[in-house]
Amino acid sequence: MIIDMKYEDIVGEYKEVSLELYHSGVRKILYTEIETPYPDGKLIVSTTNPDGIITHVNQSFVEMSGYTEQELVGEPHSILRHPDMPSAAFQDLWDTVRKGDKWQGFVKNLRKDGGYYWVKAVVIPNFRNGRLVAYSSIRRKPSRTKVDESIRLYSTMF
Amino acid sequence: MSFLFTVSPDFTPDHLPGWYIFNSWLQKKTNLAIHLEIYNDFKGQREAILSDSVDLIYANPFDATMLVREKGFQPLVKAFGEADEVMIVTSVKNSVEEVVQLEKGIKIAFTEDPSVFMIGSILIEPSDLNETDINPFLLDTYVLVAKSLIKGEADVGFFLAEAFDSLSPLIKKKLKILVRSQIDVIHHSLMIGPELLNKKTVILKELVEMDGNEKGQGVLNSLGFTGWHEINENEMEFMIDLMDTLVT
Repeated sequence: MIIDMKYEDIVGEYKEVSLELYHSGVRKILYTEIETPYPDGKLIVSTTNPDGIITHVNQSFVEMSGYTEQELVGEPHSILRHPDMPSAAFQDLWDTVRKGDKWQGFVKNLRKDGGYYWVKAVVIPNFRNGRLVAYSSIRRKPSRTKVDESIRLYSTMF
Repeated sequence: MSFLFTVSPDFTPDHLPGWYIFNSWLQKKTNLAIHLEIYNDFKGQREAILSDSVDLIYANPFDATMLVREKGFQPLVKAFGEADEVMIVTSVKNSVEEVVQLEKGIKIAFTEDPSVFMIGSILIEPSDLNETDINPFLLDTYVLVAKSLIKGEADVGFFLAEAFDSLSPLIKKKLKILVRSQIDVIHHSLMIGPELLNKKTVILKELVEMDGNEKGQGVLNSLGFTGWHEINENEMEFMIDLMDTLVT
C-alpha cells in the first residue's frame, strides 16, 4: 500500500485529489503548480523489481523527487505519479516493457513537496538467463518543445 | 605463455607511463607474463578484442558491455571515486552560454570514444538536437578537439571530463564549459578475459590490497587513482543495463 502525501510536506498552494494507482491502491495526492526545472547534465537513475517496487535510486533521483533514499526504496515507482499524467501513458509503458521492449516518453513527475518536474524517461526490462529480474529507468532533461507537445497531448487523454 | 593487457585509448596521456608501471607491478605480484599493448585508436583496440587477442583490459563502459555479453569477460575492479562524466565545451569567444541555445547545423568535434559520443548526444537533447541535426567532426584526440574549438573550426566539443580536466591551463582558459554530466554510476572497469579467468582470484586479491602498502600506492598514484574497488557481477550487470537504457 502506498503512503498518502502529507500536508506538512507541501510547499505553496495545493489541490487535493485521489488517484487509483496500478497495483498500489488509492493514494491521496496533494499537488501545486510549482515546477522544479530539470538541471543540465543530471541523469536520474532507478531500478525496480518486476512488480515496480523501487530497489535502487541515485542521488539525482533523491534531489529531484524531494524524498530521501530510505523513503524511496521499497515504495512503488508510482510514488512519482502526477495527476496530470493520463493512465493510458503508463498502460502503454507497462504493455511495452512486459513485451520485453524499451519504452520512452515524456513524463510529468510529482515531488514530495507537491511540485513537479518534467523528464524524458527511458525504461527497459532487465533479463538474466532469460528471466525478467528488474526494470531500469533513466530520466534526463527534456526539450521544452517536447514538454509543450506532451502537455497538449496528455490533456486530451482524460 | 604471455597474456595481453590493454587500456581503453581514452586514457589521459599523462598517465601513459603509469600504465606501464602498473603492468610491471602486476607481473611481479602474479608471476604472470603480461604484455601491455597500447593501441593508438579505438578501431585498433576493437580489432584486437574481436580477434580474441585481449586477456586483460581497462575498458570504457561502452566496450564493457560488449566484453561481458559477447566475449565472456568478467569485471575485476573500478578505481575509487572515478566515474565517467562528459562535458560539452565551446570557445570563450562563442556567445552561447547554455546547451539550450545550440542550434541545428552546429559543428561538433569529438573523438572515437563511443561512451562519450553517446552521453554527449544525450546532453544536447534539451536543445531539440539529435544526431541528424549536427555536423560531426571526428578527431583523433581530445587535444585536437580543444584546438578545433579555439581555432573556430568547430562550434562545440564532446570531452571525457577527465580528459578536459587534464588539458593545460593555457588551453582551458580559452574554453567555456556549457555542461558537465552528473551520472555517477557509469565508469571504466578493469576486466579479465576467458584465458585468464583461472587467475582471477589471485589478480583480484592483489588489486584490492594494492592501496595498503607504499609501493602499491605509488603505482596507483602514477595512474591518478587512490585504490581499486571490487566490482561484482551484479554491479556490472547493473551498469550494462544502464548502458542499454542510454542507447536509444
